[in-house]
Amino acid sequence: MADVLAPARPRPAAVLRHARTYLRLAAAWVRSSYSYRLSFWLMVLSSFAVNAIEFLAVVFIFANVPDLGGFSLREVAFLYGTTGVPMALANLLVGSVEDLGRSIRTGTLDQMLVRPVPLLVQVCSDRFALRRVGRLGQAVAVLVWAGLFVDWSPAAVLLTLVALLAGTAIFFGIFVGFAAIQFWTADAAEVANAFTYGGSSLTQYPLTIYPRELVAGLTFLVPVAFVNWYPALLVLDRPEASGYPGWLGLASPVVAALVLALAGLVWRLGVRHYRSTGS
Amino acid sequence: MPGLRLHLAVAVRSFRRWSTYRAATLSGIFTNSVFGVINAFVLLAVWRANPGAGGYDATDAVTYVWLGQSMIMTIMLWGGGAPSDLAERIRTGDVALDLYRPVGLLSWYLAADAGRAVFHLLTRGVAPTVVGALLFDLRYPDGPLTVLAFALSVALALLVSFAVRMLVAVAGFWVLDSQGLTMTANLLAIFFSGITLPLVLFPGWLGEVAMVLPWASYLQVPADVWLGQRTGGALVGGLALQVGWAVLLLGATALVLRAAERKVVVQGG
Repeated sequence: MADVLAPARPRPAAVLRHARTYLRLAAAWVRSSYSYRLSFWLMVLSSFAVNAIEFLAVVFIFANVPDLGGFSLREVAFLYGTTGVPMALANLLVGSVEDLGRSIRTGTLDQMLVRPVPLLVQVCSDRFALRRVGRLGQAVAVLVWAGLFVDWSPAAVLLTLVALLAGTAIFFGIFVGFAAIQFWTADAAEVANAFTYGGSSLTQYPLTIYPRELVAGLTFLVPVAFVNWYPALLVLDRPEASGYPGWLGLASPVVAALVLALAGLVWRLGVRHYRSTGS
Repeated sequence: MPGLRLHLAVAVRSFRRWSTYRAATLSGIFTNSVFGVINAFVLLAVWRANPGAGGYDATDAVTYVWLGQSMIMTIMLWGGGAPSDLAERIRTGDVALDLYRPVGLLSWYLAADAGRAVFHLLTRGVAPTVVGALLFDLRYPDGPLTVLAFALSVALALLVSFAVRMLVAVAGFWVLDSQGLTMTANLLAIFFSGITLPLVLFPGWLGEVAMVLPWASYLQVPADVWLGQRTGGALVGGLALQVGWAVLLLGATALVLRAAERKVVVQGG
């Protein structure tokens, strides 16, 4: 067990190897789910439709009001897209980590622990669900539509791309970090939803609609505000709207690194705490 | 009446079965509460920009959000509950055992789902409402009669949602892979129940149509009863809509079940 618990020091070559393993494991699950073609496409469609409904609700809201928290439909759509795409990417890549509790209950986690592949790689690729591209497709569609109305400069394009990447990393960390709670209570999977999907729901709207304390919490405690809010304010040229200095919009990559480090720490603590269900 | 005692026993055992998942219940309450907070602030912003939207005021809107969070599990808005057990038993063929029992399939599963619903109402219904009441100004029923009407409306909401979930489950007798059907049913419920957005905010004719579809029984009607938006004739109309859909859909489920009992060949040895 010693080598499992020892902190992995990621070397570039090792990271590449793990990524390749991840892809291979994920591809196996894709092949297996794609053998039921009709089911697969229905699931993709449903994943798309659930989120399309959510955005339709936003459009309906704007049938009742001229602006929401001082932001127009197009601006809200940009916020929606810039949190939706990172959420969908993280959900696609590591969403399976939510099912950690099941692996613990059924004991399959023990099998994973003795395989020569990092546990996180195995858990995240377990039952990899390509159907989640439906969510990604919907988020990309909204972002592209919103992007038509943005006054693009090279800096704005770069900032948006960086934010999408950093946002994916932030959600990645939140998925892994909060899923690790299940090492302590295998039944409490739903708590994580409040931070993962909740974090993405919160940031679909301008944070001006929330009380100041909540925005502070989303900035300093569970920093989902860095996924899209601060960068988007720079892109939309509304830096005054947040009440915080505009340069926070450039800090997303730093925040992402912090979140990833913290999530890794919690994950490792969880693995160390893990005792098999026995027998 | 031995039938009643039997169904009560089924309901009690179903209640107990669900009550064993304590950590899951607690974490579900936490998550419902978080989403309640998010949706409450979104709707507050809407009503700040348009104080009379949909005939509600801001307090009505926030109360609606918390009632919605309480109803999600009580009526299994996203699908599930006892009909899911039936769907699984149809898939595996275990349903043959159910068909042997000297009790109707429909009433048996209704009793099981009612027991579950009572558990979810007491936990995931009450707890988020308390959280909402602590954090926000809510509107409360203005008298015992309204409370009674609300209780009736919630019971009817459960009946309608049960019937819809049963219809989907029973389709499994004919369709080998009922995933598509299940998903379509869930999508319709998520959109037309008003959990994503109150139906009063739906624009124009879509709002009017949504108000009389079966899914309006899930949340919009009970919420309007609680809020005092439906009194007198409107109250009777709302309850009648629920009764109508319940009778129609339960009747359809009973018919489909009878057809299934006649034609079904259970797979396997």
